[in-house]
Amino acid sequence: MFQIRIHGRGGQGVVTAAAVLSVAAFLEDKHAQAFPSFGSERMGAPVVSFCRIDTKEIRLREPISAPDALIVQDVTLFKAIDVFQGLKESGYLLVNTNQSFADLHLAPIVAKLPAGHAVTVPATELALKHIGRPVPNAALLGAFAALTGIVRLDSVAKAIREEFPGKIGDANVAAATEAHDAVVARVKSAA
Amino acid sequence: MLKQVEGSHSTAEAIALCRPEVICAYPITPQTHIVEGLGEMVKTGDLNNCEFINVESEFAALSVAIGASAAGARAYTATASQGLLFMAEAVYNAAGLGLPIVMTLGNRAIGAPINIWNDHSDAMSMRDAGWLQLFAESNQDSIDLHIQAFRLAEELSMPVMVCVDGFILTHAVERVDMPAQADVDAFLPPYEPVQVLDPKDPISIGAMVGPDAFTEVRFLQHYKQTLALRLIPEFAAEFQTRFGRDTGGLLRTYRADDAEMLVVAMGSINGTIKDTIDEMGADGFSIGLVTIVSFRPFPTEALRRLLAGRKHVVVIEKSFAVGMDGQLANNVDLALRNTPAAPQVHSVVAGLGGRAITRASLHRVFRRAMAQPWEGAHFLDLNEEIIGKELHHVRKVRRSGPTAENLLRRLDQAAQAPAAE
Repeated sequence: MFQIRIHGRGGQGVVTAAAVLSVAAFLEDKHAQAFPSFGSERMGAPVVSFCRIDTKEIRLREPISAPDALIVQDVTLFKAIDVFQGLKESGYLLVNTNQSFADLHLAPIVAKLPAGHAVTVPATELALKHIGRPVPNAALLGAFAALTGIVRLDSVAKAIREEFPGKIGDANVAAATEAHDAVVARVKSAA
Repeated sequence: MLKQVEGSHSTAEAIALCRPEVICAYPITPQTHIVEGLGEMVKTGDLNNCEFINVESEFAALSVAIGASAAGARAYTATASQGLLFMAEAVYNAAGLGLPIVMTLGNRAIGAPINIWNDHSDAMSMRDAGWLQLFAESNQDSIDLHIQAFRLAEELSMPVMVCVDGFILTHAVERVDMPAQADVDAFLPPYEPVQVLDPKDPISIGAMVGPDAFTEVRFLQHYKQTLALRLIPEFAAEFQTRFGRDTGGLLRTYRADDAEMLVVAMGSINGTIKDTIDEMGADGFSIGLVTIVSFRPFPTEALRRLLAGRKHVVVIEKSFAVGMDGQLANNVDLALRNTPAAPQVHSVVAGLGGRAITRASLHRVFRRAMAQPWEGAHFLDLNEEIIGKELHHVRKVRRSGPTAENLLRRLDQAAQAPAAE
């Protein structure tokens, strides 16, 4: 089982991100379970969602405390909460930012992860470029596919189009594809 | 057809497949997405021949369902928590009148303190009202149980409550196999009421009954529940033949055959318990699971046959009767009444107000039940430190203040303490 925890702020769409990721896995005939951290969330407050992906039925209903991958939508969260809690030593880290891990003072944490398991991607910038709104989800999921290989880009694209039909879907897929290709290039150069 | 959708959405779709004719709704978290989904289907025409009625309260929601059902319509509503309490009088009326309404309960805690998260306090508050109560373990279960619920309700002319864990199931996106309309139609025939308000053939429903016949009306209500004990497995078997899934029934077992310890639980927690049991089985423990699907009627006989002769029974439930023990544990005790060589029953209260129930905690409590059994209810993962401090405070200070606020302040202090070091 592969377990993903997505950190964001209320309004950035962490719940949708987990749901779309689970649909992408489903489209590859995998079992997937996406769920929010339940609460009376408000705009801007730190929020979390979860996604499990497996080749067999998922029965477990506990929150994900030891994730295989972290997706962080907003770098201001690093100062607010312990985002890295429970991240496995073999885990993956994907952060939405146009800065480097060194700029974010995260180099020591990244150094503990296997080479090529941590990348940053300017998902909000890509969203502004392709979609015209600061919605980083699609780009982050495209980057996630490239970073982990747990799902394929074409499944992510199909899942995005299911959630957002028409032109908005196309724009989101364009953002996902550019993020995906950028991460493929980055991981290759790191390896 | 396989789908990857939110639980509320798949539940709404299953209800639409049952062709309800009147849906009354008043929104309350966490069931809101279900009736919103149904409202949308009525508006788009995906759900035909159905009137969606917005009402001003939960009391009105169930009252309208009662009226619709008495007039011969297949009626549905949904609620949770405080909403169920607000309709309490109508809950008893629907059962007392014998009207086959189906209601989804998106299980949620009851305040005070205010809490929107999941537990089973709401369902337990109405356990004696005369409704059948079925508990879903997964969103697939929710689909299948709702379809069986309409069949059961109408066959017996009794209301059925399908309990679906709020958030944990209603807001989880997971794989479900959505039945085909033709199969649902074949399983669930059109509603043929046993009593109906029809101007062409006038009757009254809801007579005042004095001491001369009240006991007998109640007894017949009780008798119907005993009929349900037979019908529930029958319909589950028929459902399995048609849909290929072993869902429904009174109870289900998992690795229970020769287990010395059996866990008894209801609802979505069963998945996490199964994973824990697999891990403990690999460690050499003899442990299995009994999942209660039908809490009302309670499968007393079936449970007694399963539990008799075991060493330990651990009952885990998301509710308890304050001052007493867990309601499910009490019912399990009842099932073992006068049983020779009855197992030791260990009561665990867990997951109140949305507290996560983890495998780690389950491992600990199952092992403890074997090694160091306890009396009364064990509260899983109880924060004994803040309770000790609060009790000390209450003993020392007369105007000790509101409990909830005091505990929140203590939690804040505890969270900030390490940062100050």
